[in-house]
Amino acid sequence: MTRWGMAIDLDRCTGCEACVVACAAENNIQTVGEEQAREGRAMHWLRIERYYEGEFPNVRTRFMPVLCQQCGAAPCEPVCPVYATYHNPEGLNAMVYSRCIGTRFCANNCPYTVRVFNWFDAEFPAPLDSQLNPDVSVRPGGVMEKCTFCVQRIQAGKDEAAQEDREVMDGDVKTACQQSCPTKAIAFGDLEDPDSEVSRWAESPRAFSLLGDLDTRPGVVYLSGTEWREPAE
Amino acid sequence: MTSEAQRPARELDGELLGRLDRRRPGLFVGSLASGALVLVFLYCWGYQIANGIGVTGINRPVFWGFYIINFVFWIGISHAGTLISAILRVTKAEWRRPVTRSAEAITLFALAIGGLFPLIHLGRVTIFYYMIPYPNSRMLWPNFRSPLVWDIAAITTYIIGSALYLFLPLIPDAAVMRDRAAAGLKKRFYAVLALGWRGTAQQWHSLEWGIRILAVAIIPVAVSVHTIVSWDFAMTQTPGWKSTIFGPYFVVGAIFSGIAVLMIAMALLRRGLALERFLTDRVFNNLGLLFVTMSLVWGYFTFAEHLTVWYSGDLFEKNVHHVLLHGDFAVPFWTMVVVNLVIPVAVLSFPRGRRPLPTALVGCGVLVGMWLERFLIVVPALSTPRLAYSIGDYMPSWVELGIMVGAVGVFACLYFTFTQLLPIVSVWEMREGWRHAGSGEAGGAESDDAPTAVATAPAPGGGAA
Repeated sequence: MTRWGMAIDLDRCTGCEACVVACAAENNIQTVGEEQAREGRAMHWLRIERYYEGEFPNVRTRFMPVLCQQCGAAPCEPVCPVYATYHNPEGLNAMVYSRCIGTRFCANNCPYTVRVFNWFDAEFPAPLDSQLNPDVSVRPGGVMEKCTFCVQRIQAGKDEAAQEDREVMDGDVKTACQQSCPTKAIAFGDLEDPDSEVSRWAESPRAFSLLGDLDTRPGVVYLSGTEWREPAE
Repeated sequence: MTSEAQRPARELDGELLGRLDRRRPGLFVGSLASGALVLVFLYCWGYQIANGIGVTGINRPVFWGFYIINFVFWIGISHAGTLISAILRVTKAEWRRPVTRSAEAITLFALAIGGLFPLIHLGRVTIFYYMIPYPNSRMLWPNFRSPLVWDIAAITTYIIGSALYLFLPLIPDAAVMRDRAAAGLKKRFYAVLALGWRGTAQQWHSLEWGIRILAVAIIPVAVSVHTIVSWDFAMTQTPGWKSTIFGPYFVVGAIFSGIAVLMIAMALLRRGLALERFLTDRVFNNLGLLFVTMSLVWGYFTFAEHLTVWYSGDLFEKNVHHVLLHGDFAVPFWTMVVVNLVIPVAVLSFPRGRRPLPTALVGCGVLVGMWLERFLIVVPALSTPRLAYSIGDYMPSWVELGIMVGAVGVFACLYFTFTQLLPIVSVWEMREGWRHAGSGEAGGAESDDAPTAVATAPAPGGGAA
């Protein structure tokens, strides 16, 4: 059985945000505009959190790409009254957009605050409409969404493997963020396969889970050589 | 049960209904004002449905805002009626007589509005029924693990229960209205409500048993409703929400705000209908004592909740705690402490403070305080998420404010309409009470088996005295 997972090497991350752009382009994420973003309604499925350490002028910036952690024991799932978010057999937290009625309970129960909500119907003014990804549905207003681990690419990878009459191999599926990362800080693949790149990364002594003591069993593993301190406000 | 020293039933009914009638002009003005607010409510909700839930001020991370606060608030208010009137009926408190009907009506209407808020809150209200386990071709069920589905079960049970509980004691009064009304639409309306009531001994017997069973059954339902509302929060792992104390804390808060409403309603009834004989100073004194007790219990729960959070030293919990006690939410927090604890204790500890006017004023303060309490549960926990990057804030939009104020209007409108159509004071129960008083024992704990003589209503067509 497959358990899709991702590993992110923070020591390689430069905070360039290419992944953020790639994610938005791949997944038809609506651009809400300056005013809405200021109200806390930016819809990025993947964000680069910036934390500063030290006193000026000896300041160090840390970057942390945060996306849906595809938890093995996801707090968002049991609270949804209509099964709009559920656990699929391959370890993904799947969203059924057509089922979502917009209680936003899942978002409240997400310890990583990675879920985003369509406050209004999506608008893709020309020429943005001509770059929409035909493999990804455009979500209506009033619906919750979040990172899907590029489930459409997973599906395409499986289809291709099936046509060639073989198993899905490591490297067949690349997520948009992984593909666009100039420093190759992101690995994606099957965590159940001990030889996959993501599994090898996850075995690293530098590996840790975000908010690991909550035991949400994330499918995303972070790697950092230096001590990572949860910054308190 | 002999009635030689007593006035005939019809005369007593007439006197009470006459008193109720005199309030009509005021009610009419109130109905108009509340009707205007109903329009505000409908306009704001319609505007939101047409434009999207984004017209509110909610955002990431504050995904829940005024609608959920008002939901909890109104469900809390609903405990004014059924729970308290049930307790009074079960304990056979004589002074319940003029209060029960109005309290039960408060429950039903507050519940109806409280139950509406989670729907207003939905991103896609048009498919709200996905939450209901209805048979469908895709064989899809709601997720019974979700506290929201428990909510639906609890609130519908409570609405049905309290509607029955309001309706049962209404039957004899509807019969009185039917018999007083001139033939026509009005008479038919009351006839339907009266369910063919003739006031036979058998009917009285069934009615009393029905009320008794419902009064006992509704108490656990009322407790469960607010416990489940609290679980919408307590079942999460959100700092500031996950707490084992929330169930009883919410029930106590609900009863507290319920009594506040009751104190206001009683003071108004006593003044408006000249019911000093029933709603005596002693009643206000005793209810004032209960009120201050609830205030202290509430204060104790609040203290216990915050002390354990602070003592744990948990980083994320402490962040929420900090904004609450010292940060952005300090002003509403300490206002809440003052109006919910300091003022009630300071006023109600003294006999002079337990009179109608001061208790009603304290009640108004407590309503504000309990609204703030719900605000302080919902917003700070959400605006202070674990990952500091997502810290946010929340400011309601005019749509949310409009719906909040409009909901008060909807409540008032329902209440005024009810008062215009049916006696807001239970006529037969008052009659029974007057009889008790007349026969020397006002506080009679003895249940009168059957006020049969009273209720042998005149034949249909026998108009008003």
